Amino acid sequence: MNFLFYISAFIAVAATGMVITRTNAVHALLYLIVSLLAVALIFFTLGAPFIAALEVIVYAGAIMVLFIFAIMMLNLSSATVQQEQGLLAPGIWRGPALLCLVLAGELAYFLTAEHERLSRMDLVPPKQVGIALFGPYVLGVELASMLLLAGLVGAYHLGRQEDETKGER
Amino acid sequence: MNETVMVLIRTFGILAALLSVGGLLIWLERRLLALWQERYGPNRVGPFGLLQVVVDMVKVLFKEDWVPPFADRPVFVVAPAIIVIVTLLSFAVVPFAPGLAVIDLNIGLLFFLGMSSLGVYSVALAGWASGSKYSLIGGLRSSAQMLAYEVFMGLSLMGVVMQAGSFDLARIVEAQQDTWFIVPQFFGFIVFLIAGIAETHRLPFDLPEAESELVAGFHSEYSGLKFGLFFLGEYLGITLISSLVAVLFLGGWQGPWLPPLAWYLAKTFLFIALFILIRATLPRPRYDQLMAFGWKVCLPVALLNLLATGAFVLLKG
Repeated sequence: MNFLFYISAFIAVAATGMVITRTNAVHALLYLIVSLLAVALIFFTLGAPFIAALEVIVYAGAIMVLFIFAIMMLNLSSATVQQEQGLLAPGIWRGPALLCLVLAGELAYFLTAEHERLSRMDLVPPKQVGIALFGPYVLGVELASMLLLAGLVGAYHLGRQEDETKGER
Repeated sequence: MNETVMVLIRTFGILAALLSVGGLLIWLERRLLALWQERYGPNRVGPFGLLQVVVDMVKVLFKEDWVPPFADRPVFVVAPAIIVIVTLLSFAVVPFAPGLAVIDLNIGLLFFLGMSSLGVYSVALAGWASGSKYSLIGGLRSSAQMLAYEVFMGLSLMGVVMQAGSFDLARIVEAQQDTWFIVPQFFGFIVFLIAGIAETHRLPFDLPEAESELVAGFHSEYSGLKFGLFFLGEYLGITLISSLVAVLFLGGWQGPWLPPLAWYLAKTFLFIALFILIRATLPRPRYDQLMAFGWKVCLPVALLNLLATGAFVLLKG
């Protein structure tokens, strides 16, 4: 099992690296899908098949398809590829990389120094998260759903086409 | 060790059976279509024209494997393989008879939904990578269509999951000991069947490859073996949807007198024939009609079915 974990973890990291460095948007998205599938496999090897299935259905199967759909409509030309190449200049990624290094250091610290505390931590099963979300935090969930609804209505309004031939409807 | 060998035999046996069924379906479809349209169909090569498949296969294999210069090569090559791989993977969770499945996964149904949602990539990427406008429009249509129909494909199955209390396909079959789910879940059955036809983009929902307006849609630029993979993927998809309808709504292997596998095969075959009959009879709708039908009819029906099933399960339990 450990062996399988390391293989999928390596694929996830490598694919994510490829996502960042690709200049063609569709190729980058394909690597992102591979990365998501690898993460799903990691969940599976860690004994969380339900989360693994949701990862595939929601992220790889629905959200990424929408991304691909949008990019297919945009018909990106070679000019955007050049623009992307410009984004890979060291001046732009130096800041984020530094911040990520801090996070990586923190993670490494937790995994080595605080190893005992991590293993003593209580696992939170999905059912408990659900109960918490629709129990004490129900107001937050409702607020978030209202925000999403507002976004949806707004997007619909922006996308509406005025019927010029018939005038006001 | 013995266990491992059995698993390997079972897995590769099922794989070989599926691939030959996929090939035979091409012959079956042409013969049945001909029957319903008062023609003969392919009846020259071998007994009843059965060897027509072999001849076609040889032809496809010997065609030049060509990638158009304006295509995005790596994506163009990968796209047809995706649909075959994900459809074959979906079969891993289908229980053909008691104990006869590649894997008895407790999230079997979710696994199928995940794999079928990955199938969209095949068509969308093929359309994009071909670098031709007909292919692109076909790819766009298919991604919109499959995204839309996937939503209530999943929703229509949740009623079955609620009543059976499990995502495990074998449990679902066992839960249909007394009544098949087609009776209490009739609307779920109808919606799933329609969504299944749309997912495999078969007629009348074959707008992604409508030959009257888009040449051949997303696979306009494909030829030879790569086109063959799309073809195989489509027939495997038909078999998959038919098996799932049989397993989820018609009690799978359950039935009197005959052995379980025979019941499963009979029920699956019934729906494969239905797929072909629908192709032979129904005209193709307009694209906006297709999308409107999905969002304005199928989705509400699936949601209402879910609501009613939920209320029923709550009241009973």
